[in-house]
Amino acid sequence: MKPTDDKNPEYFHKVVDCQYACPAHTPVPEYIRLIAAGKYTEAYMINWESNVFPGVLGRTCDRPCEPACRRGRIEEEPVAICRLKRVAADHKDDVRSLMPKVPFEKNGKRIALIGGGPASLTVARDLAPLGYEIHLYDEQFAGGGMMRTQIPSFRLPIGVLNEEVDYILDMDVHTHFNTYVSSLREILDKNYDAVFVGTGSPKGRDINIPGRKEAAENIHIGVDWLASVAFEHTHKIGRKVIVLGGGNTAMDCCRTSRRLGGEEVKVVVRSPFKEMKASPWEKEDAMHEDILIFDNHMPKEFIVENGKLKGMTFEKVHAVFNDKGKRSLVPTGEPEVFIEADDVLVAIGLENTFTWIEKDTGIAFDEWDMPVVDAVTFQSTNKTVFFGGDAAFGAKNVITAVAHGHQAAISINLYCREEDITKRPSPFTNLVSQKMGIHEWSYDSDVVNDLRFAVPHADKKATLADRKIEVELGFDIQTAIKEAHRCLNCDVQTVFEKDKCIECDACMDICPTSCITFTMNGEEEDLRTRLKAPALNITQDLYVSDTLPTKRVMVKDEDVCLHCGLCAERCPTSAWDMQQFLYKVTKAC
Amino acid sequence: MTYIRSQFRHPNLPKNDLGYTTTDYEGAISTLCAGCGHDSISACIVEACYELSIAPHRIAKLSGIGCSSKTPTYFLGHSHGFNSVHGRMPSVATGANMANRDLLYMGVSGDGDTASIGMGQFVHVIRRNLNMVYIVMNNGCYGLTKGQDSATADEGSKSKKGTVNPFQAIDLAGLALELGATFVAQSFSGDKEQLIPLIKAAIEHPGFAFINVISPCVTFNNNPGSTKSYDYVREHMEATATTDFVPLKKEIKTNYEKGTGTDIKMHDGTFIRLEKLASSRDPYDRLAAMNALLISRSKNEILTGLLYIEPQSTDLHHTIQTSDRPLNSLEQYELCPGAMALADFNRGFR
Repeated sequence: MKPTDDKNPEYFHKVVDCQYACPAHTPVPEYIRLIAAGKYTEAYMINWESNVFPGVLGRTCDRPCEPACRRGRIEEEPVAICRLKRVAADHKDDVRSLMPKVPFEKNGKRIALIGGGPASLTVARDLAPLGYEIHLYDEQFAGGGMMRTQIPSFRLPIGVLNEEVDYILDMDVHTHFNTYVSSLREILDKNYDAVFVGTGSPKGRDINIPGRKEAAENIHIGVDWLASVAFEHTHKIGRKVIVLGGGNTAMDCCRTSRRLGGEEVKVVVRSPFKEMKASPWEKEDAMHEDILIFDNHMPKEFIVENGKLKGMTFEKVHAVFNDKGKRSLVPTGEPEVFIEADDVLVAIGLENTFTWIEKDTGIAFDEWDMPVVDAVTFQSTNKTVFFGGDAAFGAKNVITAVAHGHQAAISINLYCREEDITKRPSPFTNLVSQKMGIHEWSYDSDVVNDLRFAVPHADKKATLADRKIEVELGFDIQTAIKEAHRCLNCDVQTVFEKDKCIECDACMDICPTSCITFTMNGEEEDLRTRLKAPALNITQDLYVSDTLPTKRVMVKDEDVCLHCGLCAERCPTSAWDMQQFLYKVTKAC
Repeated sequence: MTYIRSQFRHPNLPKNDLGYTTTDYEGAISTLCAGCGHDSISACIVEACYELSIAPHRIAKLSGIGCSSKTPTYFLGHSHGFNSVHGRMPSVATGANMANRDLLYMGVSGDGDTASIGMGQFVHVIRRNLNMVYIVMNNGCYGLTKGQDSATADEGSKSKKGTVNPFQAIDLAGLALELGATFVAQSFSGDKEQLIPLIKAAIEHPGFAFINVISPCVTFNNNPGSTKSYDYVREHMEATATTDFVPLKKEIKTNYEKGTGTDIKMHDGTFIRLEKLASSRDPYDRLAAMNALLISRSKNEILTGLLYIEPQSTDLHHTIQTSDRPLNSLEQYELCPGAMALADFNRGFR
């Protein structure tokens, strides 16, 4: 193998698994350390800079970071990254004075944002401090988009959302609420310097099976129903409820039903339980609220008697995979299943709808009726129109929308300054030794054995009685600090300097997880088998040095490195050093 | 130093025949200086015992005093151990071995503990061919007392302060050969590929197995001018052959060219394989081994590898015809056969 180029920041970035997995690349270990040190405000601001909605995301994020967490590979569970983020948000001081200042004098450029969700708000957050005049359009009476309409209050109290939306709207954003944009042409005619479309994927997919029309009164599209609940238009649901679908919307629907009078709430999903799209913790929370989940059931028919919905029939199926690994659901041949229901909520997917974008606006659409958008610049085929969030590439999640917003803001800023928008700014990086003394580090290098701490929940009886009572209580400070100590500080990198190495093998002997091997070089496939412990996880890189005097190379398997610093402590010549690596995605502001 | 080593281990650590990983052979975290050669030797002992699938509770590790003699704390944490008086490890080992012949005796000593204060004990344990492994972690200085020259420091070797050693060195391997040791090897802490098979062979050897391991003292004897520094040893090492230990079950697959290798059959059917052995070298020839050692020394080279072996050696138990079983397994009637037996015995002398 060729020696690893550790001067390329992407190498060490990849070692910080959580940050690398995060669409917005939030410096996770950095803020976890601050939480452990009791610096909640600082931890919050690091989050805010990167993901704009720490309070919201600390409760509702899809957490791509957690499955990636190295801790999950050395013991059972990853660090509770998401809930630690919430701790920072819950315990911070007033942060208003720390927010970027918006100049009184504007720069003369006007930007329209269509849709008031996380993507648009992120663009506003990045561009307003640069002096842009921002116009935000949304059909609702307030900003937040699906964070307001889709996420129930028992998961996200409205106060938390309002606070974080207001930080942005307070940056002199001109809001046009209760304004449904029905024509892009009209917006373009207002001569904005750039237009950003962050309209999400607002339409719930319907189901077309016999009985749908007859029972229409008691069949609701999940997302519309959730919005209607959020806006206080809907207050009740039948005693027996079926929720169709296995994603997080389905979980929000069933749990909301339990709070609006649903006593026998059943989630019915086509796929096997394990393959449901909902996050595992959402499923757990639903089941905790006495909701039954029926997997492998394909909806067949709505049964209507005397013009009233009685229930639904289902065909039992099982998953079969073909040679290419593509799944198909095949009937098992068992008799059909009938489930009683007073109401049915359909939560089987989200769709984009761009009927409001006229053909002559110069925006090209692909075969799936999605706009053609550049994956890096987020520019559409109309140079002044940019897309982001679910509107760009289909339904994902809040943190992805935020990441899109940051990138689109960079493009818009470059575009308005008539610069090349394909020239992306490089990330801000920093690599600093943590050495304090011969055997002292400025980070907590010892690895605790604690297993993941559970977040306490409010009393079930109380939360089911009132949909506005938040279920999760968040970590108390004591537990939060303990949980924070579970973080392995993967951003404190093991940096190897070949020229200092005297090949005493001390690092290889001391490494608790047998990551380091000195051996003859070879091809990667071969090298991976010749290490002290075989490097079977090919998603994790090998850190390879140049050839040493004895013709060997140092090979470090990054997979289960604990970042405990013992290799560096055992190194008599400081060929190993623990250096903290900071990686920040550069933003427009 | 952070004297904390995480309990977490690599989830895919290979297991030996007993189902143990190397973790089961580790000891406490070392308190020696960072980069000490002794720690590498400890790691080699761990690796050798793991690879041979020796049950940790069947091993007794013994040592004297010194940096080297601290190391048994840092390996084989689940084995028996005895940290004896300075230079007196051989007598404790002899006593233990006489009482329980079934354990594996792993003696660890240093150049001071062996070549100075313990010299008297060392020569006699060789002479008696006690069944044990005797590893000297030889760094040529007294590291525990600020690095004064030891009896194995080479003449002309420079200390960290720049003073030159005016005295002749005691060559421990040469001495062992001279005294009739049945297994003599020499190695370097920075060469695990050579040292691990040597330790394995020493463990299998039925008799006194001596390995002199050059082990640089990073703090006091790793300076330019020292003849026991990492750089000097790497530059002046000359190996007798590439040593490989072939366990009983492993099929011999590779066929090497005639005249380049020798298989040494051990008493239990295992092999020590010496590859690329120089044609003039014969591991069974004590005289040749002594010669080779002297020639290398005159060329300022350090001869490493297996120097001499007597595969059919007879150990002390055999020589003095002791009980076939460990004393702790003998019943009272065997240990104290009674007045009648004594009378019979005495009658034999009349």
